[in-house]
Amino acid sequence: MTQVSAFPPPVLPGLRNLLSRYAESTMWLARYMERIENMARLIEVTSTSVQASNMDAGWDSVIRINADDALFFQHHKSVTERSVVSFYITDRDNPDSIVSMARCARENARVLRPLISTEMWMHLNVFTRWVMELGPDDTGAGYLSTLCTRLKQDCQTHFGITEGTLYRDQAWLFYILGKNLERADQITRLIDIKYHTLLPSGAGVGSDIDMSQWTSVLRSAAAYHAFRRVLPEGMTPANIVGFMLKNDGFPRSLSASLRSVDCALASLAGEYRLRHCSPSQERVEELRVTLVEQTVEDIIMRGLHEYMDWIQRQLRQIQNDIANAFWPPVVSVQA
Amino acid sequence: MKMAAQAAGLFATYDVPDFFCELLNRRDIPPPGLQLVRERLARFDLAELRRRAAAVEAQFYRLGITFTVYSDREAIDRVLPFDVIPRVLTAAEWDHVERGVQQRVQAINLFLHDIYHDRHILRDNVVPADLVLGNSNYCQAMVGLDVPGGVYVHINGTDLVRDRDGRFLVLEDNARTPSGVSYVLEDRQMMLRLMPDLATGLDIRPVDEYGPRLHRALAEVAPTGVADPQVVLLSPGIYNAAYFEHVFLAREMGIPLVEGRDLMVEDGRVYMRTVGGPRPVHSIYRRLNDDFLDPLVFNPDSLLGVPGLVDAYRRGNVTLANALGTGVADDKAVYAYMPRIIRYYLDQEPILTNVETHICGEPEGLAYTLANLEHLVVKPVGESGGYGLLIGPHATQAQLDEFRTLLRADPANYISQPVISLSVSPTLCPAGVEGRHVDLRPFAVTGRDTWVLPGGLSRVALRKGSLVVNSSQGGGAKDTWVLAS
Repeated sequence: MTQVSAFPPPVLPGLRNLLSRYAESTMWLARYMERIENMARLIEVTSTSVQASNMDAGWDSVIRINADDALFFQHHKSVTERSVVSFYITDRDNPDSIVSMARCARENARVLRPLISTEMWMHLNVFTRWVMELGPDDTGAGYLSTLCTRLKQDCQTHFGITEGTLYRDQAWLFYILGKNLERADQITRLIDIKYHTLLPSGAGVGSDIDMSQWTSVLRSAAAYHAFRRVLPEGMTPANIVGFMLKNDGFPRSLSASLRSVDCALASLAGEYRLRHCSPSQERVEELRVTLVEQTVEDIIMRGLHEYMDWIQRQLRQIQNDIANAFWPPVVSVQA
Repeated sequence: MKMAAQAAGLFATYDVPDFFCELLNRRDIPPPGLQLVRERLARFDLAELRRRAAAVEAQFYRLGITFTVYSDREAIDRVLPFDVIPRVLTAAEWDHVERGVQQRVQAINLFLHDIYHDRHILRDNVVPADLVLGNSNYCQAMVGLDVPGGVYVHINGTDLVRDRDGRFLVLEDNARTPSGVSYVLEDRQMMLRLMPDLATGLDIRPVDEYGPRLHRALAEVAPTGVADPQVVLLSPGIYNAAYFEHVFLAREMGIPLVEGRDLMVEDGRVYMRTVGGPRPVHSIYRRLNDDFLDPLVFNPDSLLGVPGLVDAYRRGNVTLANALGTGVADDKAVYAYMPRIIRYYLDQEPILTNVETHICGEPEGLAYTLANLEHLVVKPVGESGGYGLLIGPHATQAQLDEFRTLLRADPANYISQPVISLSVSPTLCPAGVEGRHVDLRPFAVTGRDTWVLPGGLSRVALRKGSLVVNSSQGGGAKDTWVLAS
């Protein structure tokens, strides 16, 4: 965790003057790349588990996780692998498709070109061009896994280049904020939908099929091996939900993401002496407290869906608090 | 004429026309450095040269060193075609160009100060008053305003060509927001990386000082009394075709690239919006045309500008580079008077001469132009980018007739010049290495004094026989090497 120094930090030239517009774009760049990675994971795991279980219902949950029912059924009659995959990878009319998100990521990177490294830009530029050229041939059943692997790897390459080359000033902190707010949002969506899809009634609970579905949920969050290591005997839905919400060691857990958000806000307020951090800080604190003070059983008993829903609303509010603090809307003098 | 002996190998089939050729037909004995480039190039195999060229283009594309053309859905990035055979200038040639450019910039700044103050040059009838005061680029907001150091044109690009004898002539001045310097710096890096065997051991004047020099100049002209001035680059934004250049320059100078919406004016002072609140701005390298800078003064529909900016400028709280209203100085009609302007202010003969120019707004100029149309190039004075001009010798009868009508209808809108037999430079073309016409745009940076970037942008007309080097009209670029000795 970043320590807040008792002394004012030495002010390096240029560090204090991060343009608001750059801060906003940095945050969105990170959010879009994180979202693309999550989407690729979700599609890959869904494809694998649907094949294994012969259920088409798995594809339906991809749409529900992204809350895209309305838009999807405007364009498609039925939920099939073909329709969902093209909707989420190559459909330019869907703002949540990977091609749309990659373009948004690149537009933000274009804004940030004065700030980011040439390597970051070059990778994103090549990545986006590749994504924009994807056609039906690349997303067929036989190629889907290879495609998702490449998408995931490109996102990870992006995060790696960023970690290794982005200068550590306020921009880096806004990048961390974006990435972790997005992660937090994604994990709550995944848990919410999967929990209710996979536990429709008493029937089937604890059966082999059910657990293989839960295994795939863990895999889609890259949590399977870590979970096995930490809780080798505890493969129950409650434990899995608990792990993904509360385990600080798992980098995609809600608690780990919230901690990163908290640290980044503390650095902005402390090291950089930025004002107006408190509303978002307070909200993050509150979220963290509710996570620590409840067991996963409490959460499930009181209503997992309601809790996930509340967290998502709080996350949106944190995004708004940050926007109001650092890039407040401009009042036009002409209007 | 085929070149013998020394020009074997790559140049074995090079057909030097009756033009000055920058590399192979210089009409004098070239210095050893240039000889060396010639010999090294001659040893290149055509296939190898093509491989290098392909590698260069791929690298430019990956780096996104591009123009951006936007259609309704897609951003299309185009790479400015780059020729891997450098254009080489000797130390003596450069000395001449450098002094000539400095002289011209000095005269332009004195001229701008005069026409926005006492107007001596107009009262002395050296330049017609209506040409200046009636010019659409003449800016009322500049009248009586004193700018720091008397500098109006901080960044200037002078377009030069060479005639049949290799003499440098000024084709036009670019005193508003000249572009292209980023290609000079990027092209050099690319050349050194991908053609290292060509440059080894040669004493080539470096170009990487441009960023620091420009930053220093912009800080020097900041409002007086500011200890550590904040310089920013004001860009129209990511949708502008030259956005890459704006990014490049902001990075080279280590300054923020801002858009109009990042700036605000309060109590006549300019601030930029940062995450820590408003921060003062003192010097603005603006890559936005006059018309878009301030919706309160110019185009009220401009969303790109900053309301109140001109007021802050007039109060002396911020410096704009270039100043407003510099377009009068690079107007094609005023250009014709530039030799007289130089003599008037500096009492010197112009070091770089103009191309002979006939002003169609004057009766004798119009009469000469109409009588010799098929031998002349006719240019509309307001246009840039090589649009709307007539090249007499290449024109059809219908085109000549059309221009006669245009000229008679609005003579003041045109100037004419003889067709210059532009120099050529060996260029990698689909059929092999061939001569293509080139021009040269040196960039001058003026703060307390004027510094000229060694070399500049060499543009090359890639179409066989074409004289138009503009990128929008099939032009490309070459690296320009200035030999130190």
